[in-house]
Amino acid sequence: MMASSPISPALRDDPWLTHTVRIADVIDEANGVATYRLTFDAGGDSAAYRFVPGQFNMLYLPGVGESAISMSGDPSRTDGWTHTVRVAGNVTRTLAGLVRGDTLGLRGPFGAGWPVDELAGCDVVIVAGGLGMAPLRPLIYHVMNHRDQFGQITLICGARTPDGLLYLREYDAWRQRRIDVQLTVDRATAGWTGHVGVVTLPIDRLQLPRPDQTHLVACGPEVMMKYAAASGLRLGIAAERMWVSLERNMQCAAGLCGHCQLGPEFICKDGPVLRYDRLRPYLFVEQL
Amino acid sequence: MTASSPPFFFGKERLQSLLDELKSRGYCVVGPTIDQEAIVYNELQSVEQLPRGWTDEQAPGQYRLRRRDDDAWFGFVVGPHSWKKYLFPPKTTLLSAEKTDNGWTFIPRAADSTRYALLGVRACELAAIRVQDRVFLDGPYQDPLYLERREKLFIVAVNCTQAASTCFCTSMKTGPRCENGFDLALTEIDSGFLCEIGSDLGRDVVAACSVVEATPDQLQAAEDARQQAVDQITRQMDTSDLPGLLLGNLNHPRWKEVGERCLSCTNCTMVCPTCFCSSVTEVRDLNMDRVERERVWDSCFNPDFSYLGGSPVRNDTPSRYRQWLTHKLDSWHDQFGTSGCVGCGRCITWCPVGIDLTEEVAAIRETPAP
Repeated sequence: MMASSPISPALRDDPWLTHTVRIADVIDEANGVATYRLTFDAGGDSAAYRFVPGQFNMLYLPGVGESAISMSGDPSRTDGWTHTVRVAGNVTRTLAGLVRGDTLGLRGPFGAGWPVDELAGCDVVIVAGGLGMAPLRPLIYHVMNHRDQFGQITLICGARTPDGLLYLREYDAWRQRRIDVQLTVDRATAGWTGHVGVVTLPIDRLQLPRPDQTHLVACGPEVMMKYAAASGLRLGIAAERMWVSLERNMQCAAGLCGHCQLGPEFICKDGPVLRYDRLRPYLFVEQL
Repeated sequence: MTASSPPFFFGKERLQSLLDELKSRGYCVVGPTIDQEAIVYNELQSVEQLPRGWTDEQAPGQYRLRRRDDDAWFGFVVGPHSWKKYLFPPKTTLLSAEKTDNGWTFIPRAADSTRYALLGVRACELAAIRVQDRVFLDGPYQDPLYLERREKLFIVAVNCTQAASTCFCTSMKTGPRCENGFDLALTEIDSGFLCEIGSDLGRDVVAACSVVEATPDQLQAAEDARQQAVDQITRQMDTSDLPGLLLGNLNHPRWKEVGERCLSCTNCTMVCPTCFCSSVTEVRDLNMDRVERERVWDSCFNPDFSYLGGSPVRNDTPSRYRQWLTHKLDSWHDQFGTSGCVGCGRCITWCPVGIDLTEEVAAIRETPAP
C-alpha cells in the first residue's frame, strides 16, 4: 500500500553495507541548515543515485555515529545525493564541520516514500513545516518533472520565522510550473509582508474543487501534521488520502533494531511516509 | 527436513558419543551448564558439564537451583540465558571504518564460519527461534550474521518432563512437546533417551550413538514423562483477544500502576528469547584512524532507546512498559504474523519485583477501555 520503493538486493542481504561518499558541494541555507551534494568516488552509473521522493539515507561519520537524513534533491538528477541537514546532534554537528572534498559513509536508500503513483491524476495539498520542506522538495521536483500527470498543486509552507523558510530562491520557478506556493510564519521579522500564523490557517481557507480526488501530504513537527490532517478532514479529504512523514530514533534503517516503532509500524521500513488513517490511533497517544 | 521414522533409544552413556560426533563434524556444541548458581548455556566439551542431578525452582522474581533426588540430565526447565545469544550475539562488529590518505573507507564484517550445535533446546525455545527467524530473515531486509549462523545450525531438542510455576507454553501453543524445527529431539527416561529424528542430517549424526529401535515400554515411559510436564503447568494466559486488547487500551490506568512497580531494569528484555532490539556504538582507536561499528543488545526500557531531538519519546516507566508489552503480545502479530511471546516465563522469573505479564494482561482485560 505504500509507495513502491525498490530495495537493492545488496542492501537486502546486508543493510549495513556502507559506501564512501565525498562532499561535492555545500550550500548554506539559513539557521544552521546546509544542503550537501554527496558523490561516490567511483562515479557510478546513472542509476547509482536513484530514489523515491521521501526516502532517506543513513549518513555515517566514523567515530561519531549515523543519522537518518531524507533526500532533498531532484530524483531525476544523476550527479549525487542531495541532503539538507540542520545541526541537531553530534552527527549533524560533525557534518557541519566538514568541507568540500571530505568523505563520510552512506547507506541507503531506505524507507517508503511519498505515494507518487497514487497522487498522479489528483490534486495535491503539500504542507511543510520548517525543515519538513526538505523531504518534500523531491516530490515537488517530481511533480514539476511530470507536471501534466498532476492536477492542482498547492504548497503551504510554514516556519517559525521568515529565515526558517527553506529554498526561498526556488519558489518563483515552482510558481511558474503552476504550483500555488503559500507562505506563513509564526513570528514576522522586519521586512516580512506575507501571512503570519500557523499552517492550518491557509489550509482552512482552501477551496478544493474536488476534495474526493485530493491528497494531502505533510511533513513537519508532529503537532503540525496532526492539525494539518484535522484541517484536511474538514475540507473533505479522506484520511486514506492523507500522508505524513515521521521521524524516530533509527539505528539500522531496516526494521531490525526496534528503535523506531510507533504502534505496529517500523518508521524506517514501513515509513517514513505513512498513510494517516493507519497512524491515527497512535499519533495522538502521549509517549508512544 | 522431514525424515519420519519411529523413535530410537540410546543409553545415557551414549550421550557423550553424540557430543563427540557433533564435534568431529566441526560443530561448536553448546548446552546447559551451571555457572553463578544458575543453569546457563555455554560451550560443552563433555556431558559431565551438564547439570546432571540439578533442578531449578522458579516463581515471580525467584530462581534457585536445588539438588534432585535422581540423576536426571535434563531435569530442569529454562534459565536466564536463551539460544539467541548464539544467533544474535549480545555484541558483534558490523563493519570497520579506516582512514586513508583518500578519506574514509569501509570494510564489511568478515564472514562468520562458526557452526553451532545446540544441545537441550526446549519446545518454547524452538518456537522462539522460529519467531526470530521471522524477525531477522523474513522482512524486506535480512540480518546477515543471523542468516549465516542459522543456516549452519544443528538443533538437539529436549522435551520437558517437568514445568516451573512460571511456565505457560500451553497457553501460547508452543509446547511442551517439541513438534518440529529440530534435527534430533530427545525425551529422557530413567534408562536413557528416546530420540526422534527431524532431519536427514540428524539421522546421520545419531547413527554414531548405537541407537536401537525403542520398545513399547520405553515409548510409554517417554509419553508419561512428557505428560508430567503438561500436568505441572498451572499458569495460563488467555490469548483470545490478542492481538487487539493492548493496542486498544493504550490509555488504560493499568500502565501507570504497573509502571510504579517496574524498575525499568531491562531484565525482562535481556532474558526474553525473542526480544531483538539493538543499538550501534562506535568503538574508536586513540588516533581515530580506525573505528568499529559494534551492535549491542539494547532494550526498550532504556530511556535513551527512543531518544529523538533532545529527549526520549518514551520518557517514563509506564510508557516503556506499555511499549514492551504491546509490542510483545500485540503489534508483533502485525509485524511478523506471530506473537512475540512463547510462554517460557523467563520475564516473570527474572523480574526483580516479580511482575507477571499474564497478570497484567488479565488486569487490562478486566476493565477494558469503554
